[in-house]
Amino acid sequence: MSEQKSKTVLHHYLTFKLGEEMFAIDVSQVREILDVTTITKVPRAPEFMRGVINVRGSVVPVVDLRLKFGLSASERTKDTRIVVMEITLDGSLSIIGTLADAVHNVMDIDPTAIEPPPKVGARWNTAFIRGIGKHNDEFIIILNVDRIFSAEELALVRPEGTTVEENRAQTAA
Amino acid sequence: MDMQREAYRVEAYDLLAELEISLLELETNSDDMELVDRVFRAMHTIKGSGAMFGFDAIAEFTHDVETVFDRVRDGRIIVTPPLVNLALQARDHIKHMLEYADDPVRLNHEQGAAILKGFRNILENTQPSPEPEAATKPAWEPIFGEHRGAGADKIYRIRFAPHDTLFQNGTNPLALLAELEGLGPCRTMLHLDRLPAPEAFDPESCYLSWDILLTTERSIEAVQDVFIFVEGACDLTIELIEHLESDAQRPVSPRIGEILVARGDLSPEAVDAALQRQQRLGQILVENRQVSAEKVSSALAEQEYVQTARARREQQTTAGSVRVAAEKLDQLVNLVGELVTVQARLNQKAVHSRDPELLGISEVVERLTDELRDNTLSIRMLPIDVTFSKLRRLVRDLSSELGKTILLKTEGGDTELDKTVIEQLNDPLVHILRNSIDHGIETPERRRLAGKPEQGVIRLKAEHSGANVLIHISDDGAGIDPAAIRRKAVEKGLLAPEAERSDKELLQLIFLPGFSTAGTVTNVSGRGVGMDVVKRSLESLRGAIELNSRPAEGTTITLKLPLTLAIIDGLLVEIDTNKYVLPLSSIEECVELSREDLQKTHGRNILNIRGQIVPFVPLRERFAITGQAPVFEQVVINEVAGRRVGIVVDRVIGEHQIVIKTMNSLYKNIPEISGATILGDGTVALILDVQKLLSGIEEEEMAAAG
Repeated sequence: MSEQKSKTVLHHYLTFKLGEEMFAIDVSQVREILDVTTITKVPRAPEFMRGVINVRGSVVPVVDLRLKFGLSASERTKDTRIVVMEITLDGSLSIIGTLADAVHNVMDIDPTAIEPPPKVGARWNTAFIRGIGKHNDEFIIILNVDRIFSAEELALVRPEGTTVEENRAQTAA
Repeated sequence: MDMQREAYRVEAYDLLAELEISLLELETNSDDMELVDRVFRAMHTIKGSGAMFGFDAIAEFTHDVETVFDRVRDGRIIVTPPLVNLALQARDHIKHMLEYADDPVRLNHEQGAAILKGFRNILENTQPSPEPEAATKPAWEPIFGEHRGAGADKIYRIRFAPHDTLFQNGTNPLALLAELEGLGPCRTMLHLDRLPAPEAFDPESCYLSWDILLTTERSIEAVQDVFIFVEGACDLTIELIEHLESDAQRPVSPRIGEILVARGDLSPEAVDAALQRQQRLGQILVENRQVSAEKVSSALAEQEYVQTARARREQQTTAGSVRVAAEKLDQLVNLVGELVTVQARLNQKAVHSRDPELLGISEVVERLTDELRDNTLSIRMLPIDVTFSKLRRLVRDLSSELGKTILLKTEGGDTELDKTVIEQLNDPLVHILRNSIDHGIETPERRRLAGKPEQGVIRLKAEHSGANVLIHISDDGAGIDPAAIRRKAVEKGLLAPEAERSDKELLQLIFLPGFSTAGTVTNVSGRGVGMDVVKRSLESLRGAIELNSRPAEGTTITLKLPLTLAIIDGLLVEIDTNKYVLPLSSIEECVELSREDLQKTHGRNILNIRGQIVPFVPLRERFAITGQAPVFEQVVINEVAGRRVGIVVDRVIGEHQIVIKTMNSLYKNIPEISGATILGDGTVALILDVQKLLSGIEEEEMAAAG
């Protein structure tokens, strides 16, 4: 009985927008939501890792999931926020911020309304998706954030050997 | 109960460490009774508290060991090397018992039994105790050795009212008072209330009486003995009014009314009646003529006396030391770090505002923050002696295993280092010492043939040097033969056979991964974990290692360590809008680099500084930072691993004391960023590891060339 109760409690999700798409993460993983501050870029880090910010004395990395998901980089608007969340990284708790184009609200999604990620036709890497929920006829992609920052994914994080030439080409474009 | 068990465990570990030091010293000074005493007390405490907190097995095991050392104290057993050996084994066994207290299956019970047998043999070979001392000891005999002696103070109230006839048998009451003073500090109050009118005064009669408060550790009998010759010639009461140790749970000092009632000067009813009126009790009593003013002041004096004695006692216990969990300290350091950051911000704002009042406040805050920071960091400092004593045991055990005689001399053990540094220093030091004992110091025969004393000497010396601590480990052993290193390096493919290297450069090869000179792999060293690991662990502590050796004369290894890890002095630099911190410790100077100078280098990235060739790294290019470099760039010259190298940046902002924050493990693949710090304006600046930056570039160049 009690177990069932705790399960229902766990089905609160924070929803936010990346582009036109609505995403959700388990609210128990969300620490706080911040306005965008100065992000210090870390050299030679992959592009989706936008840099680090100061969260009350701690240095917290900020990632851009849009880049991770192959979209264009986030444009900063008045709605842009940083969602600071707790994830499990290499077996220990880690604090990471992610850029969101807009943060909506916390909502209940009935577990029965959550469907497993489609095997085909998904634009996203299904490994990062816990399931797809539905709310008011709108699809909500429930993310598995731990998976996004898992060891295998991080193994892909290598210093980028960007040369000056490439860099100039980028700025020119 | 678990907390108490944990507390016992912590205390026992401390005692075991102390025990080890004492035993090792005892080995060389076998007739030092103070050392024997220390060994006994440590064993005694481990046993007593062990039984109290449910470590019965430990208490039982320690019992026989303690008995043996008790007899050593009596001089019935003499200290011999086998005894010390056995005691050291017993110490190790107790340590295992503590470690496996919750999992006794893992304990080597046979070993424990063998050690106990050894002690019983020693006991059987001595005469039984002439007086059965151990049996008569009360069961609750002080558990913590140091509480015996000065600790157990008691306060006695002595009311001494000689009869009028006291003088007639030639007794001098002042002599008695002096004798009391010999037992401990006294507070004496004289009563003159029996003094008659002058015309009735008989100079041969004693009209005086005294109230004396005595603080002593002696028993009531000892106090009574003082008055043994005036029994019957006086009214004497001696009462224990305060036991400073066991009475600690009594929440308040006795009230004056309680004292008067206890003395029989006043009935409880009278006190209650007086308390009804809202005046000071003593005053009321005097006004009511229930007691004389003198009696009240005497009682007041007693109250004050007991209170001060208690306060002193409390001070003694608190002034010693407080055990604090390491996490709490870490948290404190973090908070101070944040305070330093906020203070920098306040300072910036104040300077900007030009408001003299705000500037004043900011200065005060700055001073307080500095003091707080220094104090906090000093709490984390520990003397390196802790590590040195552990090594003493290592040297002793290893040298006897290898059949070598080695003397370990330590110096500067009181040099203090950050707790984290000390903890992480242990393994590198053990490794270096193992090398010295195994490969450095020769066997006694070889030493004799080489004309050296048979006993080898290893010196451990710690000293301050600016913001660093230097630790020298030197031995008078065989030294390292550069030719042997060369052969080995060529053999392992670490060095081209035709490469030209000076002896000093050859010695540095020892720090390469996969290098080990030991001809045979022994139990002790040469297991593939080499000096490269030592070097790496020192670098992770922001330290450095240096090696000097002369064949046949010995080897000296010097470790350079920062005093603290949490806060460093850094140089803040800027490229475009990106700010970076370079650790000030390795910076030598800053020079200007004009675009003209840059053109003259023809893309070779080499500068000529006062005739010396210095390569430089344009950081803007390396970090792929967009935008235009200014006409005049700055080159920060660093000394890294004995080489000078320049780092080109747009601007040098200035020196800052910075609090190091670790980077998230997401960035572990970017080694040139060793951490981050938060600047005065709340933004983050990255701390550069110049050495890693250079080695990264070198690797890439090597890969490109190959």
